[in-house]
This record gives sequence, structure tokens and C-alpha cells, in this order.
Amino acid sequence: MRKLEEKIFKALMIGATTLIIAILLYIFYVILRKGLPSMNWDMVTRIPTGGFYLGKEGGILNAIAGSLMMIFGAVLISTFISLPVALFINFVLRKNSTFSNIARFGFDILFGIPSIVYGAFGFMVMILLGIQASLIGGMIAVALLIIPILVRSIDEVAAYVPRDMIEATLSLGATKYETLKVVYRQLMPGITTAILLAVGRGIGDAATVLFTAGYTDSIPTSLSQPAATLPLAIFFQLSSPIEEVQNRAYAAALILTVIILILSFLTRYFGNKLSKSKI
Amino acid sequence: MLKIRLLKDKIARHVMLGLTVLCLLILFIIGTVLLVKSLPVMRDHSLSQLLGDSSWKPFKGEFGFLSFILSTLHVTMIAIVIAFPLSLLTSIYLSEYSSPRARKIFSPVIDLLSGIPPVIYGVWGTLTIVPLISATIAPKFVDFSTGYSVLAGGVVLAIMIIPLIISILTEVFNAIPRETREASLSLGATKWQTVKKVVLRKSASGIIAAIVLAISRAFGETIAVLMVCGNFTDIPKSIFDACYPLPALIANNYGEMMSLPGYESALMFAALLLFLIIILFNAASRLILNQINHRYQL
Repeated sequence: MRKLEEKIFKALMIGATTLIIAILLYIFYVILRKGLPSMNWDMVTRIPTGGFYLGKEGGILNAIAGSLMMIFGAVLISTFISLPVALFINFVLRKNSTFSNIARFGFDILFGIPSIVYGAFGFMVMILLGIQASLIGGMIAVALLIIPILVRSIDEVAAYVPRDMIEATLSLGATKYETLKVVYRQLMPGITTAILLAVGRGIGDAATVLFTAGYTDSIPTSLSQPAATLPLAIFFQLSSPIEEVQNRAYAAALILTVIILILSFLTRYFGNKLSKSKI
Repeated sequence: MLKIRLLKDKIARHVMLGLTVLCLLILFIIGTVLLVKSLPVMRDHSLSQLLGDSSWKPFKGEFGFLSFILSTLHVTMIAIVIAFPLSLLTSIYLSEYSSPRARKIFSPVIDLLSGIPPVIYGVWGTLTIVPLISATIAPKFVDFSTGYSVLAGGVVLAIMIIPLIISILTEVFNAIPRETREASLSLGATKWQTVKKVVLRKSASGIIAAIVLAISRAFGETIAVLMVCGNFTDIPKSIFDACYPLPALIANNYGEMMSLPGYESALMFAALLLFLIIILFNAASRLILNQINHRYQL
């Protein structure tokens, strides 16, 4: 009886694990099967002609360029904010001081706030300031979304920086600020991983840029122009009744998936490097 | 020279403190702005009217959120019912049964599942789950379903929250000291008995925290759900009916029709509702998880 129960549950467990792997593979398969036939040179080198929703010609270069510009700006803004914050709660304050723990808790909560709330909030602030949906608006909204991810992931690797090293630096007469320059170098692989994670989350999110960045057929030439993004290229063009337009959505889905895969491999690569230097 | 160094240090500290406080203040700023913006609709309607009424007629100034709230609850419930058993079995397998090598092979699966953007899940859902429901599953129970339904939303959401639940559960299981398991095994218990009587019982609070966190994630998910739920303003009568969860309502309508009196305020009320519930759930589960980590570290 006991043996039977053991067997049944072990089978169930293996079944569940296999099912989850199968679902992942199935998702990739569906995206590939739909995306590959729609891929061609025009898709990645041309902007849509005749309007993204109805025009049959052209590609999604507007969304690719928009997404890359957006994530570049967002990461730049958020890194300049997150890195000092993560260093502060780990190395300037004592590691487990009350304020550090409150801050960690706060960033966990911020991390849980859905992207639609960031998007709606960002848009509301933009209306108040009289800014139209634009590249810069999208950058700021995405930056808000990824700051908690950056802070918490850098915070996690910061725990592995040897305390002795900090004390050695301090005992040589360095100020806390100067110590940070030493620590920062130790943290480099960790920071890279954190940024890769943040890029993945930020580039794929549709709800934050829906109101803040808008959508356009052209490639933005200034920060105040609206910008197209890959997730919205998928979302909008999929609902079009025209097949050629839908194909653009599938191609965009494939490109976005490939970007996520590359990011995931890079994260793994740097993560391994990190665990090697940990020992 | 020393003076300059000390001054630099002082400035750096203040800048860092300022940035940290500013980031944390965002939480309060968002809350306050949403509250202020939703005050008009709360002034015109009682809370019971907003939450307990399902008549949604923005043009007449009627804002009853019941059907949206119920849609969100139904979709989330289905997602949890599907995702929880799968995730629990998988995490037990990974942390108690499998070899370290198998664990290493499985960890990219979790990373990738949690890394896939919501909109990709939406595409996948419309290509596979929706037709499956309309052609195969629904005809066995109801006369007609487009497939864009509560069930489709629930299934897609379930897959999206699986990686979150698994990564929290494996952490919770790993926090339990090895000795407790060995004590049980040495008394002649089988591995499954040990899991059932020791591991699961010890981690009960962690499991609850994982579910609560997953619920809060599911509540806020927008684009994927929006793409497969049908977005029809009515209380869904079966899981094969279309529904219209709160985040989808905001995403579909915010930015347009702002000239309607009270409409923007009503949408901000929806955002406030989401914001408050999610913060509450998040805070509760994080507190439990922090406590677990704390307990076993000592």
C-alpha cells in the first residue's frame, strides 16, 4: 500500500515535470511554425507602408528600432538609479539594518505592481506635464518597471561580496564611497546579469508602453516622437483582418522570442561566470 | 585633500540615500495619484454600487465593476487550480527526488517560461488554446463558444504563473533542514511519507505565501489575458463565456473617450482597486517568506 502510493505520486511528479517542459517546447514550436514562413528580408529592413494596420507591404523595422531605442534609454535611466540604491542598502548601511530591510521589502512590493498600473500612472503624469505619448515617456515608464528588478538582482549578488575585502579597504583609510569603487568591480558580472534580466522584462512588456509610447509607422528621430515597439506590433497587428498584416505580427513574435532566448543564454553565461568567481 | 575625499563621501551618501527614498516614495506617489484621480467617481457613487453592481454604461455615467471583478476572480481561480498542483508536484520532484543533474537541466525551463513576454503567451493562446476550446472542449458542454473565454484566460495565466510558484516552492523546500527529513526516513518512513508528513507540513506557510503571490501576479496580468478572454462586458455564466478582467478594461479603454465625464476617474478606480489588492497580497506573502528565511538562517 505504502509502496503503491509512493509509485503513484512519483509517476504524477514526473508527469507534471514532463508536461511543463512539453508546454515550453510547444510554445516555441508554435511561434517558430507561424513566424518562420513570415520572415523575410523586407520584414527586418523596411517600415510598414500604407499604415501598420491595413497596409500589406513593408516590415516591422519601426517596431524593432523603437524597441531597441526604448530599452536602451530605459536601462540607462534605471541603472543610474538602481546601482547606487543597491550599493547603498548593502555597503553604506549595515547589511541587515532596519532601513535596508524596509527598502528590500519596498522593492519587493514595487516588483509586484503590474505593468498596467505603471503604464496608467506614467500616462497620467505625462498628461499633467503636457507630454504626448513619446519615446521618452515610454523609456521612463519602462524604467519604473525595471528598477525594482535591477535593485533586487544586484542586491542578491551583493550578498556574496566578501566582507573582509570591504573591511580591508576601509582599514586602509578609504572612505565608504571609495570602497564602493572596489566593490563595484567585484559586482560587475552580477550587474551584467541583472541588466540582462531587466532588458528581457522591459523589452517584452506591452502594458507599460501601450499609453506612454504610443505607436507609429515610422522610426522616431527624437525623444518627443511616438515610438513603435515589438510587443505592441504583435498585439495590434494580430487583430488585423488582413493576412499580410497578421504575418507581420507572427514575425515580430518570432523576433521577440529569439531576443528573449539570446538574453536567457547570456544570463546563464554570466551567471556561471559569477558562480565560479564566488568560490 | 582629505577634506575633498570626505566631502565626496558625504555627497555620495546623500545622493544614494535620496535615490533610495525617492524609489520607495514612488509606491506612495502612485497610490496617492490613483486615489485622487478616482475620488470623483467615488463621490458620485457609493462603494457598494461600484463593487456590487454590474451595469456598465459609461455614457449614462453608470459604473458598476461587478462583472469585471468577477471575471478577474474566475480567471485567477482557474489559473491557480491548474497551476498549483502541477507546480507543487514538480517542485517536490525537483527538490526531493531528482538528481542535481536533472535539476540543472530543468532550471533553464523555469527561466525561459518566466522570461517569455506576456504578449507571446497571448499569441500562443489565440493560436492553440482558443481554437482547442471552441472546436473540441466547449461543444461537449455548451452549444456554442468562440473559444475566447474564461477558460482560455485561465489556462494561459496558469502557464504564466507556474514558474513563479515553482521557484518559490523549491526555495521554501530547500530552506527545510536536511536533518528533519533524515529523522523521518530513519524511522522507516518512505520518501513520499516523509514528503507528506514532514516537508509539506513544515512548509505549509510557505506554500500559502506562494499561492498568494501567484494570485497577485495573476490579478495584474494584462495583455495575455486581454488577447484570449473575449472582452465582453457581462457576468460570465460558464467558463466557456467571454469575460472582461479589470486590467484588460483599463488597457482597452484608457487614453480613449477621456471626454466622457467620470470615465477616466472610473478607470483610475479600477487601477486603484488592483493596486491595493496586489500590494496587500504581495506584502502578506513577502512577510511570510521573509519569516521562513529568517527562521532557518538562525
